[in-house]
Amino acid sequence: MSTVALETKSVVKTYRLDGQTIHAVDQVSLQVNAGEFVALVGPSGSGKTTLLAILAALLSPSSGEVLVDGQDLAKMKDAERVSFRREKIGFTFQANNLVPYLTAQENVELMLRLNGRLDRAGRDRARELLVRLGLGERLHNLPSQMSGGQQQRVAIARALVHRPALVLADEPTASLDTERAFQVVQTFAELIHEQNRAGIMVTHDLRMVAYTDRVIQMQDGQVVRVLSSRDEIEALARGGEQPAAARPAPARPVSVPSAGVWQPNFVPQPASD
Amino acid sequence: MNDLSVAGHLALKEVWRNRGRYFLFSMVIALITILVLFIAALAEGLANSNREYLSKLDAQLVVLAERSDKLIAASRLARSRVSAVARVDGVDEAGAVAFASAVLAEPLPADADTPPLRISLVGVEPGRPGEPAVLQGRALSTNSASEAILDRAVLQRLEVQVGDTVVVQSTQGTRDEYFSLKVVGVSDGQQYLFQPTVFVPLYTWDRIRPKGEGESSRAELTVNAIAIRLADPAQLETVRAQLIGQVDDIEVLTIREAYENLPGYSAQQSTLSTQQIFTLLIGVLVIGGFFQIQVLQKVPQIGVLKAIGAANLAVGAAAILQIIVVTAFGVGLGGAATLLLTLGLPPTIPFAFTGPSVVAALTALLLIGPLGGSVSIRYSVRIEPLKALGLAS
Repeated sequence: MSTVALETKSVVKTYRLDGQTIHAVDQVSLQVNAGEFVALVGPSGSGKTTLLAILAALLSPSSGEVLVDGQDLAKMKDAERVSFRREKIGFTFQANNLVPYLTAQENVELMLRLNGRLDRAGRDRARELLVRLGLGERLHNLPSQMSGGQQQRVAIARALVHRPALVLADEPTASLDTERAFQVVQTFAELIHEQNRAGIMVTHDLRMVAYTDRVIQMQDGQVVRVLSSRDEIEALARGGEQPAAARPAPARPVSVPSAGVWQPNFVPQPASD
Repeated sequence: MNDLSVAGHLALKEVWRNRGRYFLFSMVIALITILVLFIAALAEGLANSNREYLSKLDAQLVVLAERSDKLIAASRLARSRVSAVARVDGVDEAGAVAFASAVLAEPLPADADTPPLRISLVGVEPGRPGEPAVLQGRALSTNSASEAILDRAVLQRLEVQVGDTVVVQSTQGTRDEYFSLKVVGVSDGQQYLFQPTVFVPLYTWDRIRPKGEGESSRAELTVNAIAIRLADPAQLETVRAQLIGQVDDIEVLTIREAYENLPGYSAQQSTLSTQQIFTLLIGVLVIGGFFQIQVLQKVPQIGVLKAIGAANLAVGAAAILQIIVVTAFGVGLGGAATLLLTLGLPPTIPFAFTGPSVVAALTALLLIGPLGGSVSIRYSVRIEPLKALGLAS
């Protein structure tokens, strides 16, 4: 039986902007198990990056509960959040992922160093991960001496080396060409499954969801669709780069087709009154 | 503790992997260091060559004639006043000191183009305060012996040693007179009013000193000052008050007051220290600017570091450590370069690299790093980890 690594209950994040209240994340409840790789998709401004920041303990939710490995992030103090992030979260970002003056190996080891757990075994694990990611020849290269794809793979190794409960990836393929993007996400998925971590990837590129176990679509801060069958996910991945995301969001609340009937070219329609 | 070790790792790796850039910046700090140390050493050197004799006096108080406005050159005291001063309670010993200027006619400088050495001719009483300690040879014997003690500064300029005879030339009325003196001793540096000093017994001084037409050595010898050694230096203020109360027509200065009132001394020192302060201020701005630009370039990177769990302490300590390392390296480099430069300078340039003002300048230089960098340290600590995701709270 798989363990629940992440659970959110009615998470809300609101901002005040020009006197208006913006619901960046609105009543999001989800659950991700260890060993499960989930894609978070949606158009710009749909709240996926804000949700990611909340899951990473970078932002506090306005209300609701976020439980990672059984710990409630909403109740944590700032210092606890910092140590929570370095112990329980693995992170890859869209850009500026790596520390530019550390080699590939040192970048991966940094997570262990931050946790005060850099020993011989840790160094070996860092190296093995990099070798596993095809970077055996690049251990002592600086980020500036590596391609974008290689840098992303180093970031993946860094996100996994300290055995976090939850691995978060923010647009990991944004700066990569198609071939490299597929390679990176495929390897990412393999490692998530192999190492039994819970993984969440925010992406604009729907083709990348082919490697995930579940797809969560967000719009206007809400989860509007969840795909979990293989066929549906693959159909979505085949359906093109950004069918839903690239089109303008409707001005009025949308009606969402019932779960399980996701269409690759689904466009949210204004709700009928 | 782990945060500090992370900080050390990050700071040193960054400096090492960007050593070209940091080395160049250290060179800028080194140049500022050279400038500040040069000014400090010059200030110290100039101060020394002006006041060295006074500041090394084996005395705590200096008596001048009243209304001489603390100017030694303006003070005239009859020699007989020495005994009146010496009788005051708390005075251990008193010695008359008289100053004049003259020229050494022999030996002449080895270089024919260099003019004869101008000296401060100081008349002192053998065995009394005012006579300098000798490092080599012996002290003066009697009050009218044709003997001299040479300041080390004379030896740095002329080929002369203990046992030699020197000839002092001075104007007596309309004629130049020449006085032969046997060098009996050599003191350490004792310059006065920027000139090397030749110490002679008081009556010999009166014979040699430049005189006007018709003027001769009168029965009553006039001196400029009386140096007083106290029985108990802690009683300085008490004895000072007693002296003023018991001896008519005098003013009493501490050694420090005496040299601070030398002509031009305070003006010169305040000019140089103003220059030094401005150079230090420029240093603060340059260091502050450099590290602030560095931090601005590193905002996304610092955001990522914080997002993956680096504590503010680690980020702040790394910034401080980097500043300290780069500043210390630059100051070390500048200090070493200044030291090498001073070794190449001729001894006649007033330049003292070992004085307290140089130590103060070095300390100030080491402090301007963290001071200048404090803005950037504060900035880096305040960068939000949300920057890693391109968000702001």
